[in-house]
Amino acid sequence: MRIELTVNGEKHLIEAEPEETLLKILRDKLGLTGAKKGCDTGTCGLCMVILDGKTVKSCQIKAKKLKMNKVVTVEGLGKPGALHPLQKAFIEHDAVQCGFCTPAMLIVALDLLSRNPVPSREEITKTVSKVLCRCTGYIPIIRAIESLAEENKRKLTSKNKPQT
Amino acid sequence: MKAFLIEESVKKLEVVGKPVNRVDALDKVTGAAKYTADLYFPGMLYGKTLRSRYPHALIRGIKIGEAEKLPGVAVVLTAKDIPGEKRFGVVIKDQEVLVSSKARYLGDGLALVAAVTEEIAEEALKLIKIEYKPLPVVSSPLEALKEESPKIHEHGNLIKSYRVRKGDVNKGFSESDVVIERVYTTQFVDHAYMEPESAVAVPSHKGVVVYGSMQHPYSTRRVVASTLGLPLSKVRVIQTNLGGGFGGKDETASIICARAALLAVKANRPVKMVNTRSESMLESYKRHPYIMRYRVGVSEKGEIKAMEINLLADGGAYASTSPFVLWRSTVQATGPYEVPNVEISSKVVYTNNPYCGAMRGFGSPQVNFAVESIMDELAEEIGMDPIELRLKNAFKNGSETATGQVLNGHVVSIRQILRKARETSNWEGKRKLYKVQKGRLRRGIGIACCYRGVSLGAEGKDFAAAYVNVTEDGGVIVACGIAENGQGAKTVLSQIAAEALGVPVDYITFLGSDTSIVRDSGPTVASRGTIMGGGAVKEAAVKVRMKMAEVAAVILKTQPEKIIFKGGMVYDKENPEKHISFKELARRCYKKTINLSSIGWFRAPEIYWDEETGMGTAYFTWVYSANVAEVEVNLETGKVKVLRVYAFHDPGKVVNPKTAKSQVYGGVAMGIGYALLEDYKLEECIPKTLNLRSYRLIRAYEMPEVIPVFIENPDPVAPFGAKSLGEPATEVVAPAIVNAIYQATGVRIRSLPVTRDKILKGLKER
Repeated sequence: MRIELTVNGEKHLIEAEPEETLLKILRDKLGLTGAKKGCDTGTCGLCMVILDGKTVKSCQIKAKKLKMNKVVTVEGLGKPGALHPLQKAFIEHDAVQCGFCTPAMLIVALDLLSRNPVPSREEITKTVSKVLCRCTGYIPIIRAIESLAEENKRKLTSKNKPQT
Repeated sequence: MKAFLIEESVKKLEVVGKPVNRVDALDKVTGAAKYTADLYFPGMLYGKTLRSRYPHALIRGIKIGEAEKLPGVAVVLTAKDIPGEKRFGVVIKDQEVLVSSKARYLGDGLALVAAVTEEIAEEALKLIKIEYKPLPVVSSPLEALKEESPKIHEHGNLIKSYRVRKGDVNKGFSESDVVIERVYTTQFVDHAYMEPESAVAVPSHKGVVVYGSMQHPYSTRRVVASTLGLPLSKVRVIQTNLGGGFGGKDETASIICARAALLAVKANRPVKMVNTRSESMLESYKRHPYIMRYRVGVSEKGEIKAMEINLLADGGAYASTSPFVLWRSTVQATGPYEVPNVEISSKVVYTNNPYCGAMRGFGSPQVNFAVESIMDELAEEIGMDPIELRLKNAFKNGSETATGQVLNGHVVSIRQILRKARETSNWEGKRKLYKVQKGRLRRGIGIACCYRGVSLGAEGKDFAAAYVNVTEDGGVIVACGIAENGQGAKTVLSQIAAEALGVPVDYITFLGSDTSIVRDSGPTVASRGTIMGGGAVKEAAVKVRMKMAEVAAVILKTQPEKIIFKGGMVYDKENPEKHISFKELARRCYKKTINLSSIGWFRAPEIYWDEETGMGTAYFTWVYSANVAEVEVNLETGKVKVLRVYAFHDPGKVVNPKTAKSQVYGGVAMGIGYALLEDYKLEECIPKTLNLRSYRLIRAYEMPEVIPVFIENPDPVAPFGAKSLGEPATEVVAPAIVNAIYQATGVRIRSLPVTRDKILKGLKER
């Protein structure tokens, strides 16, 4: 079957088997290998992408369910020299070790901050809990996201301040 | 050791000790970092492995005809197609890349398929017909030692045993006021690195190039070369970004690389093999489960008089690094305490369970759990504070270990650490506070400490190589045989190169591991990356710097000894206005045809070990750690919540405070998993936890507050004084938690992991 996907703002016409997963399409057909396969049971969350504004485990989405969808992967965030603030925060807070969970962590964080620019620590922790990581103990990842939440909070308060 | 190492460890450092950002982070946050499974080559095939249906069986015949006929299948291979050595093994060559006549655990591979898609390869596996003769299994180490049990290997079921004898335990026990005997057990643990094992093999002229996810590219090269019957020089192993290792990506990685290489050479096309999570959990080696019997005698004042220790480890189907793992357990079994009379007997045996090998800690998490639990049990018996009892017996400079090694040449900081732990965690206040509690939620605080031999010790030849090349425009290319496992080796070794050359860290380009570029440097295990790799990188960099200093002296009209390299500039020490930039100096050297590349070689100091008596200098230097854990236990549900972990470590010198803290966070997370969550279960040698649902890893919401505290005592034998941190970070978390649970509930758990059921059962029996 043929499906049409807009991935990171770019339109693609893709020939796919109905049972093929979105993860496989992204990796094998579009060369977007940021999303990873870490399990067979939809448990690890390493394949997280944003599909039509919601985070999904791309290993759980079959081609037959896809039609004119919009997908955002880690490759859509920022490039060297023009990094997304989340990517900068991940580097600065040492939220990256082996890096295998990093793309998924960035995706769930991006989704959280787009819905709620000033999430609480509990909300951040809940979001980070969607993805497994074996290296970092999650603490630097939570701090990286928290640093942006704090920055957003500062921006919002200064905006709301009455002009003198 | 080399004089320059000592001299430089005391000078003011510019890059070492600074919170430099990880050098490989940029590629990893943009999705640009390629892992093995992310590689694609034109004409690439996909390989799959057929594994045994029985954990113990004779293989009577394999029929591959039907599989070969399936459209899309390129190659089907069995053991008889292996052109080179059939067997491999680090210590005992008892394992096969594909088994020929006997399967010894459920992860054993019997046949390989390469096809144009993964799906076709999987389909083809189903068409292979195997004739088995199932054999009775050996499912526990106690069973393995029985005379009447089936023999898993021709040489019997014992892999290795050690004995340590010091003083006279009978005398020690007779001098003791209190003697207690306890049995502690631990479970199988899966590494559960996020990236399952993977390999891509590309046939090349008369050989093969293998891209893979491995911790030790050189041992992979050895296995691939011997399996294919090729010389080492024709096998090039390139480590791609590694999605976690924790000790687990050595033999299992070698196997998948050798299989992919067999298929690729036979098909004359690139072959990719990626294990699924369940294949990974089925096939990969585990952390050994131990049965540990401790008998310890103390005086009423708390002086340890004797320890009698019996260790029995389940090695599973193959020997792997079991002899080395057991050796470390044996050497470190008494904990960091002066014990005048010691008797240790240890054994590791074959069973038909998954085989066990290296995993973060390498034999220490098990014995630390036992010895640090019994220390608390002893403290309770004689009515002494647990830290007080530890301080009473802890090593000091000049102390003698159980194996007769006198600890000197470095600061033996275990007492310093224990005192720091007591003060920082408000130990006395909290112990008192948690003594009297009411209600269903009860809190407790517990401590555990350890000492750890640095690097390989008597396990093997200990050396590392590095290559440093300063380009004509002043860039620095560094390569080292030590591998980046995600732990930050590239960052820390870049810092060491930058420090030695007096340049900012962004001058350094660190190459990935490639066996055809740098000499074998031993495995990146045993928390040896910084000390060994750093030693080699530093030596290479210093050699280049000395050549550059000679040229600079001519330009600045002074002597080479007076030249200083700092912040990308090169100065005359006595006359700082006379200077030249590092980059300009590199250009001048190029014009003068001076060779600015060098090989560094770092060899560990000699050690001595007598296997007969179990005595000797086990490791050339040591590190010391302690953890304090605070927990809250729900008496109704048995649920344990870890509230806080203080982690005290003396790694010699912290090269990078940022990445060092991250090592500690990750180590604590893994330690909590070991204590409370992770349990690789088997029934009659059949694994029951082959996915990440049934095998539980810690998630973010379960992480406590973690407070890393570094106590630095630079070690004269180490580069800039820096030793080890990777394994200490995880190895005393579990006993600290178990001891805290005891304070909270009065329930002493002697088998890991601590489950709700065990707590509730303990509460009932209390």
